[in-house]
Amino acid sequence: MSANMVALAYLIASVFFILALKGLSSPESARRGNVFGMLGMLIAVATTMTLTENWMLIIGCIATGAVIGTIIAKRVQMTAMPELVAFMHSLVGLAAVFIAIAAVNNPVSFGLPAVLPAGSKLELFLGTFIGAMTWSGSVIAFLKLSGRMGGTPIIFSGQHMLNLLLAIVMVGFGLWFFFSETTNWTAFIMMTAIAFLLGFLIIIPIGGADMPVVISMLNSYSGWAAAGIGFSLGNPMLIIAGSLVGSSGAILSYIMCKAMNRPFLSVILGGFGSDGGAAVVDDGTQKTYRSGSADDAAFLMGNADSVVIIPGYGLAVARAQHAVKELAEILHEKGVTVRFAIHPVAGRMPGHMNVLLAEAEIPYEQVFEMEEINSDFSNTDVVLVLGANDVVNPAANVPGSPIYGMPILEAHKARTVMVVKRSMGVGYAGLDNDLFYMDKTMMIFGDAKKVVENMVKTI
Amino acid sequence: MIGDIDPLIINLTIFVLAIFVGYHVVWNVTPALHTPLMSVTNAISSIIIVGAMLAAGPADTDWGVWLGAVAVTLAAINVFGGFLVSQRMLEMFKKKDKKGSE
Repeated sequence: MSANMVALAYLIASVFFILALKGLSSPESARRGNVFGMLGMLIAVATTMTLTENWMLIIGCIATGAVIGTIIAKRVQMTAMPELVAFMHSLVGLAAVFIAIAAVNNPVSFGLPAVLPAGSKLELFLGTFIGAMTWSGSVIAFLKLSGRMGGTPIIFSGQHMLNLLLAIVMVGFGLWFFFSETTNWTAFIMMTAIAFLLGFLIIIPIGGADMPVVISMLNSYSGWAAAGIGFSLGNPMLIIAGSLVGSSGAILSYIMCKAMNRPFLSVILGGFGSDGGAAVVDDGTQKTYRSGSADDAAFLMGNADSVVIIPGYGLAVARAQHAVKELAEILHEKGVTVRFAIHPVAGRMPGHMNVLLAEAEIPYEQVFEMEEINSDFSNTDVVLVLGANDVVNPAANVPGSPIYGMPILEAHKARTVMVVKRSMGVGYAGLDNDLFYMDKTMMIFGDAKKVVENMVKTI
Repeated sequence: MIGDIDPLIINLTIFVLAIFVGYHVVWNVTPALHTPLMSVTNAISSIIIVGAMLAAGPADTDWGVWLGAVAVTLAAINVFGGFLVSQRMLEMFKKKDKKGSE
């Protein structure tokens, strides 16, 4: 194929990628969009095949990856989506690093001059360090999300200074690589190693509930890594696809930060909840709460006109989505209006709750975003909070509270509030939740799935 | 004319315009589909498989080719895993038949 034909094929693939994202504007068009994405990828890979000589090797590698990828995609639990996405980000990052190393080793195979020009070196530097940070950061995110590593922030003094210092040293090695006449492997490898280390160090101080931001940010990084490699290889398709992903991840990070009312920088610098919690002074008075059983709750819901269910991370941990679906159906049959209210940061990744409810076959017409449903709480008989805490904490309306200004689901305005929780323990922000102590609130302690199943039996 | 322009500048032009396209397209994505958005974008970012294939491409095999081959495998896991898991999720967002779609 001539270079022009290749470039045209790549252009078509790029358009397909844009259509893939455009399809996600509604659930009806999303599946077609995904097919466009696959087509784009097929065109890109088939076209690139004509530029290579080792067909057997490459087809073998793709087949291996296809088998592994397909098995993972078929078997993964929907509750485990956050860690799967983190895992896949890490693969993109690592692949970017390998490609950059291969390009430094043999520039000619990429159509670059045998002695790398300064511009290419700069681009390879960018692609490598973003890729390396994506990999190590995603590995930590994966370990935290899958519970293999504690979700508590790891903080030590001088952490930010150390990161800054390492970043400066990394750029130093980058410059050394940049200005060397010949291929300077020492500088290149040192730079890559430090970038790996930085990826680890940047993610370890960030705690569990900030994961929606982290995972979006890593999503963004993986896109920029692809764009960086695109610059090195002078390949517009990689630049376009990478920029799409990069801006998508950046927008998601922005939405998540806004939903927590926290500046992006403070999330990235990490440590929320460790020092923020100390700011809350216990006033010494023993606050009382009312606890009830699943039976009591079921009775109340059965006699209500309208019920709003607020799912949170606890629902995902307990895998209670199918039980909740049953509950919603039984209530619906009794003539109760059941709706679901979803806070943007509920769960561990953007849209996490929506996927779980969709998996349980809860029609998405019953699922509402925060802005859509907040004004309805005052007309709601019963709110059932399932494993959510900070996103319904009225302290967000109290000036001076650490979460002041965070948009919340206004569950406290409903006539009756029922909270299913494992204990009275504080949420991620380390704050007590006044909602739990209100006269109209009933606490139901236990595993979300078991409690909901008991409710279903009683109604 | 365009032949005199450094390719870097042309690539930069493409880069900036693509960010604008991404920005506008992604703001239109419904929040309910943010998880599939992440898995689809993840699959799209594995477009670096193209770079990996070029690295694995040369007939005279050296260690760089093997490194490229590993990168092809990693990216292929992502391509298949990403698109298929997105498809699986999006199937769940189908309207239920009994509700009847207009």
